[in-house]
Amino acid sequence: MLEHDVLVIGAGLAGMRAALSAQEMGANVAIVSKVHPVRSHSNAAQGGINAALTDRGDDWNDHAYDTVKGSDYLGDQDAIEIMCSEAGQELINLEHMGVIFNRDDQGLLGTRAFGGQQKARTFFVADFTGQAMLHVLYEQLMKSSIRVYEEWFVLALIIEGGVCCGVTALEIATGRVYVIRAKTVIMCSGGVGRVFEPSTNALIVTGDGIGQAYSSGASLMDMEMIQYHPTTLKGSGVLITEGARGEGAYLLNSEGKRFMETYAPNMMELASRDVVSRAEQTEINEGRGVDGCVYLDLRHLGEDLIRERLTQIVDIGQDFAGVNIINEPIPIRPGMHYIMGGIKTDVNGRTNIPGLYAAGECACISVHGGNRLGANSLLDTVIFGRRSGAHAAGYAKDQEFPEFDVQGYVKGYEQKLKSLADRQKGERWAQIRNDLGKDMDQYFGVYREERGMQILLSRIEDCKKRYETVVLQDRGTIFNTDLIFTLELGFMLDCAETIVKSGIERKESRGAHSRTDYPLRNDKDWLTHVVVSKTDNGPEISHLPVKITKWTPEERKY
Amino acid sequence: MQVIVSVNRFDPEDSKGKYWQDYNLEIGENSTVLDALIKIREEIDGSLAMRCSCRSAICGSCAMRVNGHARLACNTKLVDMTDDAGMIKVEPMTNLPVIKDLVIDQQMFWDKIKQVSPWLQSEGPEPKGEYVASNESMNHLSGVMACIMCGACVSDCSALEVDKNFIGPAALAKAYRFVADPRDSKSVERLGVLNEYSGIWDCTRCYECVEVCPKGVGPMDRIMALREEAISVGYDNTIGARHADAFSDLVEDSGWLDELRLPIKTVGIFNLPALLNFAPVGLRALVKGKMPAIFHHNVPNVENVRKLFKRIRNNQNIDD
Repeated sequence: MLEHDVLVIGAGLAGMRAALSAQEMGANVAIVSKVHPVRSHSNAAQGGINAALTDRGDDWNDHAYDTVKGSDYLGDQDAIEIMCSEAGQELINLEHMGVIFNRDDQGLLGTRAFGGQQKARTFFVADFTGQAMLHVLYEQLMKSSIRVYEEWFVLALIIEGGVCCGVTALEIATGRVYVIRAKTVIMCSGGVGRVFEPSTNALIVTGDGIGQAYSSGASLMDMEMIQYHPTTLKGSGVLITEGARGEGAYLLNSEGKRFMETYAPNMMELASRDVVSRAEQTEINEGRGVDGCVYLDLRHLGEDLIRERLTQIVDIGQDFAGVNIINEPIPIRPGMHYIMGGIKTDVNGRTNIPGLYAAGECACISVHGGNRLGANSLLDTVIFGRRSGAHAAGYAKDQEFPEFDVQGYVKGYEQKLKSLADRQKGERWAQIRNDLGKDMDQYFGVYREERGMQILLSRIEDCKKRYETVVLQDRGTIFNTDLIFTLELGFMLDCAETIVKSGIERKESRGAHSRTDYPLRNDKDWLTHVVVSKTDNGPEISHLPVKITKWTPEERKY
Repeated sequence: MQVIVSVNRFDPEDSKGKYWQDYNLEIGENSTVLDALIKIREEIDGSLAMRCSCRSAICGSCAMRVNGHARLACNTKLVDMTDDAGMIKVEPMTNLPVIKDLVIDQQMFWDKIKQVSPWLQSEGPEPKGEYVASNESMNHLSGVMACIMCGACVSDCSALEVDKNFIGPAALAKAYRFVADPRDSKSVERLGVLNEYSGIWDCTRCYECVEVCPKGVGPMDRIMALREEAISVGYDNTIGARHADAFSDLVEDSGWLDELRLPIKTVGIFNLPALLNFAPVGLRALVKGKMPAIFHHNVPNVENVRKLFKRIRNNQNIDD
């Protein structure tokens, strides 16, 4: 019998941090992940991690204010205060674990400027901060005795009597189905990126965990809040770090003008991401773009600085756009990047299902509200990963292992997988997934409106019907990726539906949710979270008040 | 453009063994090898197994052999690889067992990484704030931390091919990350372990790992740096270290390498068993007329070579 006090799903930054902190508390911990830990998408975070270090004259209250303002006042301020006040210590923890952060002249941690913040408080490792942190957490994981079920795909959460009791999972290399019994489960499965096409996100980011939690009765919150990153490559959607603008790069339109003067005269290129993405999209829509893009210009930064601090994007420019960023401006456009919403949790990661926790991008605490600041996502993963791991370990101490019909779950899923493999007529996953992604990109872009979202909703319903007859080409049991993609698509469709339903519900423009039919923010009616839960009649919408501690909503200018 | 992607396939569930399958497809000029494989998987053959995720050379999932060398499929342009007939050959990495098609078993790779105790080991109580370290030292380490653990170097390592015990380029580069980290206090102990059999001296310096590394980590350069470091902290009594010393002494003495005395000096003149091991090689060399001259002569102006050695020694403050 496979059983653990704490079972973490996903081995990115949130997952590994959660596992390490649960183990520190004395729990028997394991991680189950569909990829090896260092393949996780946390790798892709380039720019850095925010923290206000008080001994450097910074104040976490200022960081919290910037975060609240960045969230367009939708973030819950109690959670934001926790994240920002604990940031400094967690940053030092990471440094002690071995992260090789950039230093200043005194050999202390150095900072760079990032968008939407009054002060430079982003700590970084060149332009691969996420990778550098992920690999160091994996070093710590290797040091620990934590078991990792590597390349196991979670099929579903097990809920008995309203309590989360573990998971049913597929070992990809053998095709065998197992039940892993657990007193607590922490979902750290990442975002929903590939629901959109293109996206900056890795191909594995398919919203599995959000879909599984939703199907099990967990509430999702702020799902309409999809962040478009201002600098992504056309076509592939590959990311160019905000660190480029942090180091001083310009955004130029077809006339060679720094157009951010018009939209954010104070912060210019370093305004919040939603603001910059809207500005770019407006320039493109009004004919001042070039082939659907605007330019990111790094030339004036000089080769030495670019090569030291922006190493990776030199290669990215060359490999994926054929542009030498040292000598020429690179065409970029806003691209789907992040979901601020997710599984609704409290500040300790608890969901509305006892025994089920969530942390990282799949969770919505909510610290990002309507728009996440650059370099707050890494912070979110480690702070709330650690908190949920510790809380889950404490909770598990007082629990007995739940008793249930383990073989029933195994047999049930074996049967399901067999009938999927036996199906002979229908479409393959790829066609449906690509159609879904393109529709999401078209109708749920930087700007949205009612009519488009309604069309999108009916397209998603159509995709769901097509999915009912999806067929496999690979009917083998060993490393059957055709099967994995097919299972992922089911979760993607659920995520897409909740995103669009929530988007239709919010009849205002706030943060990343910009509606051309409701162009203004409306605090009177919509200073509220949109919550979506699964019922027998489909998704059901409800509202929750935003928690405000000390920053009352005001007009947002950069 | 039209391309033919020839894939070396293997499915443990059928009886075909390993075989080549050609896929013909039409794809954009700028496409990568990964784009082509994804197109195959999505439109032609869903049974083709491979790992891939980020598409931007950061997750390390899609390392495979393209035209005989390990590379990341995601940052390899098709046009750079196709032959005159528009064909490329794609195979799983070598030195690691194949699970299915392009998917290899990573177990051995990670076992070797774990062998070098790959976590920071600092001494004494942790400071309240961060460790003070120079930016240069951190930047230097970032060249190694850039490693994405894709396994390309391990796949194409010629030493691993003949000795599976060799700890290999990826793990040794990882070890270097700690030896060179000013916050780590176990450098000497680490070097002691790496100095043993299957460690730093087993690298044959073929340069393949440097060639195939998609992130510029230069594993072999790190191994060479570890060797220097090991000798400098006093691990100078291994065959490898003595070989390096003997090499240098002989060149200093005569201006060029005395190939006959090199093995003798390396293993020691009284080490009869080891010297006897050289007998078969010596005999073969004799038969083929490749035996080095017994009386080794100095190169003309050998004193200039000696001057060079002296100058290097003075510059580096190295004692004789």
